Amino acid sequence: MHEMAITQSIVGTIVGRLGAARVHRVRLEIGKLSGVVPDAVRFAFELVTPGTTLEGAALEIDEPFGDARCRSCGRAFVTDEVLPLCACGSADVAVSGGQQLRIRDVGYRSEEGTGCARPADAAGPG
Amino acid sequence: MCATCGCGGTRVTEPGHGHGHTHTVDLEADLLAANDLLAARNRAAFAEQGIVAVNLMSSPGSGKTTLLERTVRELVGVRPVVVLEGDQETVLDTERITATGVRALQINTGAGCHLDADMVATGLRELAPEPGALLFVENVGNLVCPALFDLGERARVVIMSVTEGTDKPLKYPHMFRTADLLLVNKVDLLPYVDFDVARCVEYARRARPGVPVVEVSATRGDGMAEWVAWLRTLG
Repeated sequence: MHEMAITQSIVGTIVGRLGAARVHRVRLEIGKLSGVVPDAVRFAFELVTPGTTLEGAALEIDEPFGDARCRSCGRAFVTDEVLPLCACGSADVAVSGGQQLRIRDVGYRSEEGTGCARPADAAGPG
Repeated sequence: MCATCGCGGTRVTEPGHGHGHTHTVDLEADLLAANDLLAARNRAAFAEQGIVAVNLMSSPGSGKTTLLERTVRELVGVRPVVVLEGDQETVLDTERITATGVRALQINTGAGCHLDADMVATGLRELAPEPGALLFVENVGNLVCPALFDLGERARVVIMSVTEGTDKPLKYPHMFRTADLLLVNKVDLLPYVDFDVARCVEYARRARPGVPVVEVSATRGDGMAEWVAWLRTLG
């Protein structure tokens, strides 16, 4: 289950960027054609976050579809398959997108009395 | 919003700006960023030393190790060869490779189902391939997980054997869609099994249009010259 390794990497990336800040929400983007199973990431997230700053954080996962276009009949459709078949029966289908594997944004709480723990390389106010 | 820092926190400012509140930060980081960074380091180190790394991936039992034993013998005197062997347990494959006279190192992943760039980097420190070497990385036998992990390799070779199903490329498209070469192994068994090479190749090319294919028999030697010639094209 490669999702375990990927989830450990997610936790490592977030802790690396936010340090000791307490994380309460994580939003990921896992495309339908990425080869990563969101439910397996949710399962792994519950296993690897206890004892970290992400413990108890809500995990949100966006799952964008891929865009397909049939080279035989020209039909355009969205798909959750790497090798989709067109409704016309053709397997000659061009597929793009749907392979996203990203951490989108993270909600965290700065500690009482420490001021804003906004990381130096973070984007603007959320 | 916090009036002092403008961070979107739920409380307004307090004296000394000593409040606790929530923030959202756009990380926009790749989920595989840590692995990809290490893979890029491996790739740079290979380029610097003229090492060509080939990542061999397949399901268990496709004949990867037998193919490697034969391949390294074919390359004796041609160029230096070293092998990193990935398996969950045992050093059996490394023993088979070292018996050919080639240096090999075993990486046991334990519960892990794939090699990652960090494991390869660690293995390389011990194996220390000579400059200009051809490095084979025999991944863990698995047609799913290794596909997503860049090791810093120059090329990815997916091996199928004719004792597997013809439709495997359709069932495991993630593995096939990044292949630089498909080796169809055990072709000596074709008279005895129901395997359609042409259809298998067609399926593989749906996942990876135009992928070159070499039919081999690691036990009998068919196709070995063509396979070795392909390896030479890698530099």
